[in-house]
Amino acid sequence: MSDLVLAAFAAETGGHVVEEPRERRFERFRREFDEAAFRSTLAARRLRFVGRSEAGYPSLLRELHDPPPGLFLRGLGAAELFGQPGVAIVGARACSSYGSQVARLLGRELAAAGLVVVSGLARGIDGEAHRGALEAGGPTVAVLGCGVDRDYPAAHAQLAARIGEQGLVVSEYAPGVEPAPWRFPARNRIIAGLAAATVVVEARERSGALITADFALEGGREVFAVPGEITSALSAGTNALVRLGATPLTSPEDVLEALGVVAVSAPEPELGETPARVLEALAREPSGIDGLIRETGLDAAAVATALAELELVGAVAEADGLYRGARPQG
Amino acid sequence: MLARTVTHALVGLDARRVEVEAHLQLGVPAFAIVGLADRACQEAKERVRSGIASAELEWPVRRITVNLAPAELRKEGSGFDLPIALAVLAASRQVPPEALGGHAAVGELALDGRLRPVGGVLAAAEGARQSGLSRLLCPAECAAEAALAGIEPVPVHHLAEAVAYLRGEWQPPPPDELAPSPLNGSEPAGPDLAEVRGQERARRALELAAAGSHNLLLGGPPGTGKTMLARRLPGILPRLPPNEALEVTRIHSVAGLLPPGRPLVSVPPFRAPHHTASVASIVGGGSSPRPGEASLAHRGVLFLDELAEFPRNALEALRQPLEDGAISIARVGGKIVFPARFQLVATMNLCPCGARGDPAAECSCSAARLAAYRDKLSRALLDRFDLVVTVPRPRARELEGAPGERSEAVRERVTAARSRARGEPLRRSREANELLSRAVERLPLSARGRARVARVSRTIALLAGVEEVGTAQVAEALSYRSPTELGTP
Repeated sequence: MSDLVLAAFAAETGGHVVEEPRERRFERFRREFDEAAFRSTLAARRLRFVGRSEAGYPSLLRELHDPPPGLFLRGLGAAELFGQPGVAIVGARACSSYGSQVARLLGRELAAAGLVVVSGLARGIDGEAHRGALEAGGPTVAVLGCGVDRDYPAAHAQLAARIGEQGLVVSEYAPGVEPAPWRFPARNRIIAGLAAATVVVEARERSGALITADFALEGGREVFAVPGEITSALSAGTNALVRLGATPLTSPEDVLEALGVVAVSAPEPELGETPARVLEALAREPSGIDGLIRETGLDAAAVATALAELELVGAVAEADGLYRGARPQG
Repeated sequence: MLARTVTHALVGLDARRVEVEAHLQLGVPAFAIVGLADRACQEAKERVRSGIASAELEWPVRRITVNLAPAELRKEGSGFDLPIALAVLAASRQVPPEALGGHAAVGELALDGRLRPVGGVLAAAEGARQSGLSRLLCPAECAAEAALAGIEPVPVHHLAEAVAYLRGEWQPPPPDELAPSPLNGSEPAGPDLAEVRGQERARRALELAAAGSHNLLLGGPPGTGKTMLARRLPGILPRLPPNEALEVTRIHSVAGLLPPGRPLVSVPPFRAPHHTASVASIVGGGSSPRPGEASLAHRGVLFLDELAEFPRNALEALRQPLEDGAISIARVGGKIVFPARFQLVATMNLCPCGARGDPAAECSCSAARLAAYRDKLSRALLDRFDLVVTVPRPRARELEGAPGERSEAVRERVTAARSRARGEPLRRSREANELLSRAVERLPLSARGRARVARVSRTIALLAGVEEVGTAQVAEALSYRSPTELGTP
């Protein structure tokens, strides 16, 4: 009953509230608080609130030592979404093209296998994970570090709207709360808390994604890290996680196995001879089209044709003129 | 005493007939030019006076009034010198006024009486032919250009020569000696493709662009040869047919850009304005409008190096000519239309710092800076590029390859594809249609993107000389769509 009061009080004071504060200010606020009016304003804005004491509250989140008093929900997804097994995919905002391809692949494959992809709507890895899930037609949950009505970052307003079509945008903060740096670690505890497993795709040392991984470990959840080149700063964080005992992720199936989900593996599409040759060359090293022409001995037209076919079946991905194999090897 | 000569003033690319009347009266000696003459035209007074003196003719000691009619038409430039001088000489009966009948005149006088070439002679000659005149007195350098208009040029080197001709004392050389060899094909069309090593992908895109007149965007880090490739496009384009060559020549003549001794522009022009160029210099303009770079690239290539560095309003101004093939400039005095049917070739880095797409460098651009860079290009403009190719930095071993194919060989294939394009339009096979639909579903490909892929696949089929557009052609065409990062799927 008092869940909404807490959330509204946090918004009013600009603080972070988990327990009922023992202060006069809160008592006064509670006396004057008109819950019915607040709820009708929410409803008018097509927002929902699910409190800690309500049945729809994600049970995994209850396991946290500081569960948020409630979650504000935006979007058409049902609150039952929280009952389905979820996987958090997080990582750097300024990621490499490799990182964004892996995030997209994981988002797509894990959503296709029936997992709910949870992430933070940030640029880079987060956004790609959401996009991958949407590509597979699966519901996905974006957790915000600001008021639930805000699109943050603004560049992802459209992405947020697409997420809302089947999934949910959620936040522990009431509408209108401004984003602040200290809110993001708190947001990360919800990302980790909603998911049964957390995958860190790319992270520098001291990245926010590592905070999410810490929360997941604290909660006794599975943590995966996508190994990267040891010379790349963008892999320093994930490789450190692996060294500390996180499970290195080598394919989406690793996550499914850990969560006991049976993968519905799509049959490998049959490739013609030319696309197979191109794919083989790409498995050795990402390459531009001219490199492939040299490597395979095919002409420009044949390589372009093969790449387009491979792209259509999702076997390769392109970024900034470089193509790379989009399927995990081995 | 009154005498009259005919010349032409340029309005845009059109020549308007202007009558130059010279009237000599008794009175205090003076020389006045009336009839809305601009400064260069007013200065004709000094050049004409010196020119006549240098030709050892007599400057009439009279009150001289020169009227340029119609008076409401603005007259610009120095091409009025010769007609003014001839009118003054005819009015003072130093040349027989009746000899001027059937003649138009154009040309700038030097102080020693020699004639200097001027721009727009082709347009003036066409104007003369249209107003029923048969001969054009013009500077000798411009004679071949005037002959293109189907008028008989009288090439003169010096004012004295013009006077001798009009007095019947000197005959110009027979016209066939000046007739330009129409399309001899020997003109160099810029650098040769053979000089480019490797870059098979971009070469292929260049060939497709040439064969289908597609606009081409080359992306990639600096130093990957984007500009070098683009400059070789005119060399693989077919030579201009006579009517188009004449159109191009007219524009270049008005802009005063015709190379001496080569009056007909038969190689598709290549124009590369710098990104600091003003909007007016790109699309044309000015108080009396002159053709801009877009018009100078008519029937040729407009090359914009570092597309994102151009001011946004200059790029937006290019949308009209890309759509209509012409630029209309509205002025109080009326609207002037310059043709501008050009092929747009542009290059851009993948990010402001230029490191993106270069495996040896790390991009240091912030997300906001990257977004601002890409925002400079509107979707509407990017939609005009049928072919988008990213050229990553080539590895050292790719540069060790043998020299590429010569431009001439590529041009032959392009010409063959273009002549096939004039035949029955190609149909897509059923499988190709299915592939295209699958692509629209799977890839971020809009309806407009689909149309682009369809166009490019047709060109690929025409180059290959196949009977219908098959899956291979559609698949290759799919690889030239613009990357999602540019926001035009």
